[in-house]
Amino acid sequence: MSGLRGLALLLLLQVAGEVLAKAFALPVPGPVVGMVLLLGALRWAPLREPIAAAAEFLLAHLSLLFVPVGVGVITHLDVVSEYGLRLLAVIVGSTWIGMTVTALVLRALLRGEAVPEPRDG
Amino acid sequence: MADFVQLWVYLSSTPLFGLTATLAVYALAQIAYERVGRAPWANPVLWSVVVIGVVLVATRTDYPIYFAGAQFIHVLLGPAVVALAWPLWVRRAEVRRRGIALTIAALLGGAAAAGSAVAAASLLGMPLDIVRSLAPKSVTAPVAMGIADRIGGVPALAAVFAVITGMVGALSAKYLFDFLRIDSWAVRGFALGTASHGIGAARAIQVDEDAGAYAGIALGLQVLLASILLPLAFRFFA
Repeated sequence: MSGLRGLALLLLLQVAGEVLAKAFALPVPGPVVGMVLLLGALRWAPLREPIAAAAEFLLAHLSLLFVPVGVGVITHLDVVSEYGLRLLAVIVGSTWIGMTVTALVLRALLRGEAVPEPRDG
Repeated sequence: MADFVQLWVYLSSTPLFGLTATLAVYALAQIAYERVGRAPWANPVLWSVVVIGVVLVATRTDYPIYFAGAQFIHVLLGPAVVALAWPLWVRRAEVRRRGIALTIAALLGGAAAAGSAVAAASLLGMPLDIVRSLAPKSVTAPVAMGIADRIGGVPALAAVFAVITGMVGALSAKYLFDFLRIDSWAVRGFALGTASHGIGAARAIQVDEDAGAYAGIALGLQVLLASILLPLAFRFFA
């Protein structure tokens, strides 16, 4: 039940975010504004239990939510077949560059910390 | 036989079809993924997309007919983005302490991913609308569509590129980080979330709790940074 209340709260915050984003012509999409609103709203303790239940459920199944958009690739098979290999090379290369830069920068910046990090793999 | 065809035509034209196909295929892909010890190549998003895509093309079912049912899952992306505040809140002390380091890493990593994609695609002679659709590919699909729209890309293409980017990250991050000898789960998760948004984060959540939390933080930060900075960058440099 608290999961259901949590989902209702998440949707309400998204609606509030969409309204604010439109009303003030914000450069940020509605759900992102909703995320910032939720960050503030969580100071109010009664919200935490329902939000936790809904958020943990949604985030645990996050990858399922990308399937409908992913299947949309079939509507662009022409672009994919024309530029397929080059596109894949660009996407793979830039993704690796992005991950490498982020990981090396963050590791260097956190090196000063005395926090031990567990195992590897 | 004719009855069967009639039944198929009827069923495949109702929203029930898209919703059932998405959930059932994903549930099976998830079982297979668990069975092989969550090996990266068995990524359930990748295989669900492949199986459903092949079925749609083989049966000549149009994407809008599939999406009529699949949209009930698709709409949950919105509240899922809002829900990203939860992992941030749970680790707020840590995030505040490491805030500057995380923001710098997200900024440089996001810029490197978007910049290298745009530069490489231009050099390879791809049309401008494809180049611009590639720029927001490290941002979660629903937000990437919005950004692409504002910078002159094609939203539907941007969503497809974002999903492919997510799968590339989820499939290869383990090997890349092992090669780079990144052994901190927090750093691995954060880098995966920065470059490969929700699909990368979904993989991180399944692998390690620290990695999952930091991937969620990275995803949220990237959404904020990219939706403000990418349109600005394109206004000034393109």
